Amino acid sequence: MTWTKNVLRVNLETGTCLAEPLNMEWARQYLGQRGLATKYLVEETDPKVDPLAPGNKLIFATGPLTGTSAATGGRYSVITKGPLTGAIACSNSGGYFGAELKFAGWDMIIFEGKSPRPVYLLVENGEARLVDAAGLWGRTCWETEEMIKHVHQDPQLRVASIGRAGENLVLFAGIVNDLHRAAGRSGVGAVMGSKNLKAVAVRGTRTDAYTMADPEGFFQAVAAAKAVLAGNGVTGQGLPAYGTQVLMNVINEVGALPTRNFQDIQFEGAHAISGEAMHANRPTDGKPNLINHNACFGCTIACGRISKMDPGHFSVKDKPQYHGASGGVEYEAAWALGAANGVSDLEALTYVNFLCNEDGLDPITLGATIGAAMELYELGILTKEEVGLELTWGSAEALVKLGEWTATGTGFGKQLGQGSRRLCTQYGRPDLSMTVKGQEFPAYDGRGLQGMALEYATSNRGACHVRGYMVSPEVLGIPVKMDPGATEGKAPMLKAFQDLTAVVDSAGICLFTTFAWSAQDIQSMLQPALGGDCSLETLMLLGERVWNLERRFNLAAGLTAKDDTLPPRLLNEPAKTGPQKGRVADLGKMLPEYYDVRGWTKEGVPTPETVTRLGL
Amino acid sequence: MQKSLKIDPGKCTGCLQCEMACAWSHHKTFTTSRSRIKVFSFEQEGRKVPYTCTQCSEAWCLHACPVEAIVRDAKTGAKKVLEDRCVGCKVCTISCPFGTINYIAATGKVQKCDLCGGDAPACAGACPTGAITYVDADWTGLEKMRAWAGKTDTNPAAV
Repeated sequence: MTWTKNVLRVNLETGTCLAEPLNMEWARQYLGQRGLATKYLVEETDPKVDPLAPGNKLIFATGPLTGTSAATGGRYSVITKGPLTGAIACSNSGGYFGAELKFAGWDMIIFEGKSPRPVYLLVENGEARLVDAAGLWGRTCWETEEMIKHVHQDPQLRVASIGRAGENLVLFAGIVNDLHRAAGRSGVGAVMGSKNLKAVAVRGTRTDAYTMADPEGFFQAVAAAKAVLAGNGVTGQGLPAYGTQVLMNVINEVGALPTRNFQDIQFEGAHAISGEAMHANRPTDGKPNLINHNACFGCTIACGRISKMDPGHFSVKDKPQYHGASGGVEYEAAWALGAANGVSDLEALTYVNFLCNEDGLDPITLGATIGAAMELYELGILTKEEVGLELTWGSAEALVKLGEWTATGTGFGKQLGQGSRRLCTQYGRPDLSMTVKGQEFPAYDGRGLQGMALEYATSNRGACHVRGYMVSPEVLGIPVKMDPGATEGKAPMLKAFQDLTAVVDSAGICLFTTFAWSAQDIQSMLQPALGGDCSLETLMLLGERVWNLERRFNLAAGLTAKDDTLPPRLLNEPAKTGPQKGRVADLGKMLPEYYDVRGWTKEGVPTPETVTRLGL
Repeated sequence: MQKSLKIDPGKCTGCLQCEMACAWSHHKTFTTSRSRIKVFSFEQEGRKVPYTCTQCSEAWCLHACPVEAIVRDAKTGAKKVLEDRCVGCKVCTISCPFGTINYIAATGKVQKCDLCGGDAPACAGACPTGAITYVDADWTGLEKMRAWAGKTDTNPAAV
């Protein structure tokens, strides 16, 4: 079984680090990572807890395929109650940190309480201790990683940390590992900051961290699954060449690229910030933005963008620290920092993306919040005096300044750091916040893709594309092509996607594999890894169980069916252009059907039969 | 025919499948710290570079070993560490100019690449991008030669 069967429990208040055995009954019911850590959180935490209070817990969790040769088997997730939404928060990251934690012999780390002073956790195999972080507080994620490696004379430590955004309790602060991989969304970094926990540094060299039920069977399944990834057009060609940025021009053409805070649905500057543009030589210095593509641990897709900026660009002209290579824009970041604000300067987007990695910010919420601020400014509600600069649509200068201010907690950046819902409410226009449950939309417009509208409304962590990626059937034709403008059949398809995604996020692998892999491919690896009952039916039921567990946590936290909705703009203002011109998000038709296929009441509550069927 | 590992860093994405394959083939673990091939990250340049023993013909490590624990495999050309003879003195790690023979504290011995017995090194088999291949030792540069040959302008009029 590829669980280590060990949980590390860290009490930040008392400073104790204790090992305890993994609850194996829960492991079989919730698999690992997202599902299993949510189970621990639900069992141990008051759902009404203030997310930034010591009573909230913060869990770093790996899955059973993390730290194995299963392609993309390097994921970990951070699970907590989220400060941006007040709902369950679960953010998933790649890089090398997750596998290292597994090799050190731990399935998860549970942080409790609040440290009286800044600390970081050092884990070296079975040894774990809290170390004073006074010298690290106020530092960026990049500086923190370098300093920790230097202090312990170990360049092979893997570090996950918060930057100044997490320390300043920016409600969409993320946790950054390996310099440019992040548990980015829902403000998990703010929770870490609220606990005075600066970083987690791990070194794992154990050769007996776990055992494999059937190694031969595992190798056969892994080899077959790798061949599926290599032979698929999306995972074998599109993602390695263009990363997720392969989507920019595609989504713009189908008329689902939200532009200028969702006023428009197509962006005239889309090509300038696309994956294709990242490959092209810049007119300014004759070099391309993109210099390489990288993989996370165990990943045979390698979608990660590695970019180098034009050193002459206004944002970095006198800042040589940004002239080296680092994580370039992915599609969601390029959209949020670009189209959502009308900015088409790829170098400016790259710089602000670097800032997000450097100080731990979610670029989606940052960009979308700046977009909302720009609309408030254009309407005359926000003034130049209040902001400190002109906030006109498409201003790369404003984007750059606001990125810097939010990262460092300067001036108007403090208000942006609260996210768009609080900002727009403060200025009397909550309708201009493009959020669900307080979390900003990612890069697909629900008027252009009806299934995504339903996904946003029902996602357990607020607006999100990686809980049930309906773009796959609605745009890419995976597993079948669905009409993006239709509402028929979207509810059952979304349920299947959400349940499968919960399995993937609980297993330790990357969601991107599902462009190519079926549930059967994933099952074929889990079975020999874990032994016991890992049938397809068992796994899909497990995914549904995880989904309902999260839902019940949110309901207990105080959310209701009224929160399963979209901003009025998407429900009432028709798309102005593109193939879906004239359409609004038709939630009224899809939502009751969704509750029905989920086995929930009209009020969106799992029925007693559903609860019993899922063994909750 | 003797074969060699050929490494093309330009194709490496840093996925560490090679490290896992190596660690598993020798130690039945995926823990990458036990791998004899290492992928190095040069963040500022955005490059990943796999590196391991190139199996020198006159191997410094072999000559430096005071207990003759490093031997040449006549069939594969690989320099192998005889674990039961190694005393863990680390002199070989000092003598190797490339740092590709390493001491492992957990075992008290040194370890290095042995080409997995010579038939099919696990790292090359696991590499998804062709950054690590196993080729005729006499011609590790053949592909590069061919690429440059193609650029040789012998008959400009015909272009």
